[in-house]
Order: sequence, then C-alpha cells, then structure tokens
Amino acid sequence: MDNKRLRLIRDYITTKVMIAITLSIFILFCFILLFLIWRSSLFLSEYSIVEILLSSRWSPARGEFGLYPIIIGTILVTGIALLIAVPISLLSAIYISEYAPAKLKHFVRPFIDLLAGVPSVVYGLCAFLFIVPLVKDHIAPLFGVQSTGLCIFTASVTLSIMVLPIIISLCVDSFAAVPLPLREASLSVGATRWETVKKVVFRASAPSIISAVILGFGRAFGETIAVNMVVGGVSRVPVSLFDPGQTLASKIISDYSELSSIPIRESALLFMALLLLVVVVAFNVISKIILSKTRRRWSY
Amino acid sequence: MNKRVIEEGVFEILMILSLVFVLGSLIIIISLVLYHGAPAITVEMLTQTSSSRLYTGRGGGILNAIVGSILLAIPATLLAFMVGLTVALFLQSDFTHPQLANSVRFILDILWGTPSIIYGVFCMVIMFILGSTTSLLWGIIALTLLEIPIITRYMDETISMVPHGLKESAYSLGLTKVETAFKIVRKQALPGIIAGVLLGLGRGIGDAASIVFLIGESNSIPSSFDSPTSALPTMIFNLYSQPDPYVRQKAYAAAFILLIIVLIISVASRILTKRLTKHIIK
Repeated sequence: MDNKRLRLIRDYITTKVMIAITLSIFILFCFILLFLIWRSSLFLSEYSIVEILLSSRWSPARGEFGLYPIIIGTILVTGIALLIAVPISLLSAIYISEYAPAKLKHFVRPFIDLLAGVPSVVYGLCAFLFIVPLVKDHIAPLFGVQSTGLCIFTASVTLSIMVLPIIISLCVDSFAAVPLPLREASLSVGATRWETVKKVVFRASAPSIISAVILGFGRAFGETIAVNMVVGGVSRVPVSLFDPGQTLASKIISDYSELSSIPIRESALLFMALLLLVVVVAFNVISKIILSKTRRRWSY
Repeated sequence: MNKRVIEEGVFEILMILSLVFVLGSLIIIISLVLYHGAPAITVEMLTQTSSSRLYTGRGGGILNAIVGSILLAIPATLLAFMVGLTVALFLQSDFTHPQLANSVRFILDILWGTPSIIYGVFCMVIMFILGSTTSLLWGIIALTLLEIPIITRYMDETISMVPHGLKESAYSLGLTKVETAFKIVRKQALPGIIAGVLLGLGRGIGDAASIVFLIGESNSIPSSFDSPTSALPTMIFNLYSQPDPYVRQKAYAAAFILLIIVLIISVASRILTKRLTKHIIK
C-alpha cells in the first residue's frame, strides 16, 4: 500500500472519529436532560406541579416538598444581584471602552480577567469574612433590622460582584466592535460623548448587551457554593432582605446527602436540578432568538 | 446646553465610581485572602497531610488537598483538551456544514452556562446507579464534563479566525483535511488553544460544586483513582465555618494557595499568548 492510500485512510478514519466525538456532545446534553427528567418523574407523579411550586412547607420527613420559598429566594437573590451588577458593569464598560486613556485600558483588562477567574468558593469565603459582618453590624441596623448577616442581601451583593467581570468584558468587546464612523457622525453633529454613548453605542450594541446580561444571569442563577456560604439556608419565605433564605442551587448542595436516601427525596432534589437546567436552557434560547432577530435590524 | 454638559459630568463621575467599585472589590478579595491566609502558611501547613480527624484535628496541613486538586484538575484538563481540540477543529467549515456547527456551538454554550452543581448531581446519581463510591476518578469525570464546553468554545473562537488562505495553500500542496487541521490550523491557533486550556484549568481547579459530592474526603494523598481525595475548594467549603480556629486556618491557607494558583494561571496565560503570537502568520 502506498503512502498516499495510507494518508487517505487515516484522513477518513480520523474524520469519522471527529464526527463521533462531536456528536457525543449532543448525546451528553440530551442524556443529562433526559436523565434528570427520568429521575424526577417519580416526584412529579406523586405531587402536582402547582402543589410543588405554590406550597411553602419544606419538610421531607413529613413528605412536604413546597418549593415556593426556595423559588422566591432564588428570584430575589438573582434579581437583586443583577439590579446591582448591571448598572455598575455597564458604566465601567463604557468608561473602559469610551473614556479611559489607552494606557488605563490595557492596565485594567487583566484585572477584570483575574476577577473573573477567582474561584466561587473564594468569593464565598471573602463574603463570609467581610460582607457578612458588614451587613450584620452596619447595614442592617441602618434599616432598623436585626440580622445575622447571613441573608438574601449578602448573597445578592456577593453574586453581583461575581457577575461584574463577565458582563464588563463582554460589553467592552461589543462596544469596541461598534464602528468608529458611527461615533464620529454623532459627535460631528454636536452630541456630547455621553449622548453618543447613550444614543449610538448603546443602540448599536444592544443585542450583545442583552446577551451579556443573560449570561450574567445564568451565572448568578446557578451559583451554588458562594451563595450557600452566605445565604443562611432557611427555607422560609423571607419577610425582609435581611432574612435568611435559600436558593435552588444552594438547597441542592445543603441537602445532597439525601441523594442516596429515600427515592422520593432524591427525586425532589433532582427535580430542582432539572428546574435549574430548564431555566438555563430557556434563557439561552431567548438570548439566541434576540441576537438572531436583532442582527438583521442592527446591521451597520 | 448647560444641562447636557452637567449630565455628561455626572455620568463620567458615576463611571469612575463604578470602575473603582469593581477594582476595589478585587483588591478587597486579594487583601482579605492575604490577611487571613498568609499567617496560616507555614512549613507544616504545606508539607503535611491533614491529621486523622478532619474537622476537629489540630495538627497537620493541607498537602493532601493541594496534591488532590492537582491530581483532579490536570487529568481532567487533558481529557477536556483532547475532546475540545477535536470538536473545535471539526466545527470549522472545512469539515461540516455551518448549520450543524452552529447547533453544536449552541449546545456548547448551554453546557458552558449550566451550573456546575448539575454536573455534580448528575455524576453522583450515575455513581450510585453503578454502585461505585466517591473517588478521585469521579471527580475527574465531573471536572472533564465541566471543562469540555469551556475549552471547546474558546478554541473554536480562535480557530475560526485562522485565515482561509493558509488552509487553501495547505490543500493546494496536497494535504488532507485532517492533516491541515492538526498540523497547520493547530499551529496557527496555538496561542488561543493554550489560553483556552488554561481557562479551563483555572475553572476546573477552583470549582467546588461539581466535585464536592464525588471525591469524598480523605486525610492522605490519594494512592489510586479509586481512593477518595481532598481538594482545595472543597476543603475551604468544608472547613471555613468550623469553630476551631486552627481548623479554620486550613481553609484560609487553602484559599491562599488556590488564589495563588489562579493568579499564576492567569499570568502564564497572558505571557504565553503574547510570546506565541509572535510565531503565527498574520
């Protein structure tokens, strides 16, 4: 067999292997999804979805699995985290890409990347050492509330800091992709720099900003360790932001020992994991639709 | 006119304040870890394994967690790199239809955004079904799953920037598609590939949620793939709120080491990418 035949055979075989590995990504995803659906079907067959989502009692020992407080906790923690993170990260991204001198730009970027690389457990530890006492001694008394510091508010602040670098670096990239002539046109008709940012740069990169925020949401929504360390871990509907709460991901990790115990409890936990995955998939799809719908309108 | 100028000024101040907040939080994180971690770093802490009683033992160090973390993250990153490079090369238009490639990319994006706890829970239930117990191997599997989408997507972005002319000249010299992909494209995209691998390594070594159920807990260095092990992130998570100050010190020391590792990875990624970019064809 000559050398050329051998190379062609090798090409053929390697291509097939590459196809197989690529398809295995699809299979992996479908397998995780179907597996979680299969394992949580026991839970879903014994309790109605309305009952699970609206009942606020969580006591597995008595067979009560109300997810309402956990879902409220998740929404509050994630929502407040984004409320804090989005304006701060947008403003910093604008400053980095539009205002900062080139030197500062190059100086800041590695630090943002480093912040993005800090492991979540270190964020959790720092929040536990710094934000928790701060909330307990200073912020909660400011609002006239008693708090241990382990509360929804602390978790939100922690998450918002974790989400900042992600949104910032994506936004800086998308601002940089806005063509310079668009800005020049705006400036030449007398707009100030801020007006140019507001009316030209923001609009031109709106789809990317939205998808950056959605990505940040996904990170905040699924964050487990850091939230678990500071949220308090109480499955009750919180009355104020300084009450302890619980989120889906953090509930899974604090109850993980039940994974090996009674089938119905394991099934309930896997249902929560399924819920997490479904929301993440849904938001990815929404982000994809927004990006592809707007790409045509925003073509410049 | 005046109002517009004031608005400009107000927002510029707000921007600077935001940036100060962002950089300030990084400084606070680093100084907190330094302040609590640096005094905890002693020779004993770095060279000894944990004492026999994990949560209450006063003696010993965190060597088992350091070694455990490395033994978890390096094989996982290698596995994820092999899968990731293959998939990323395959996703280029030479091999596959752009539509199929885009749907794989979409799946990878979802997997990237999937909370790591889901990989942990998924692997744990599989582990129970197979009748296996917590071990180093399961930790590696979970971390590999976690790192594959990160490494693949990152490599894919840089590989798709390889100029088409370069591939065409390879084809015109008679190279097959696979040879072009693994010999020419790989070399041209090397800086991005290395940055992707290091990004995956950084995520893998710092992630606790995916492995905390799977690796068990051990006070010695794992001897085989079947033995349970400790890791730095899970050690922080398990020990940070222990009442005994000496045990808490271990968590701080682990955080210190972990932050140093992440810092080294980040700096190495920057230096290597810069160095290697010199050798690619522009």
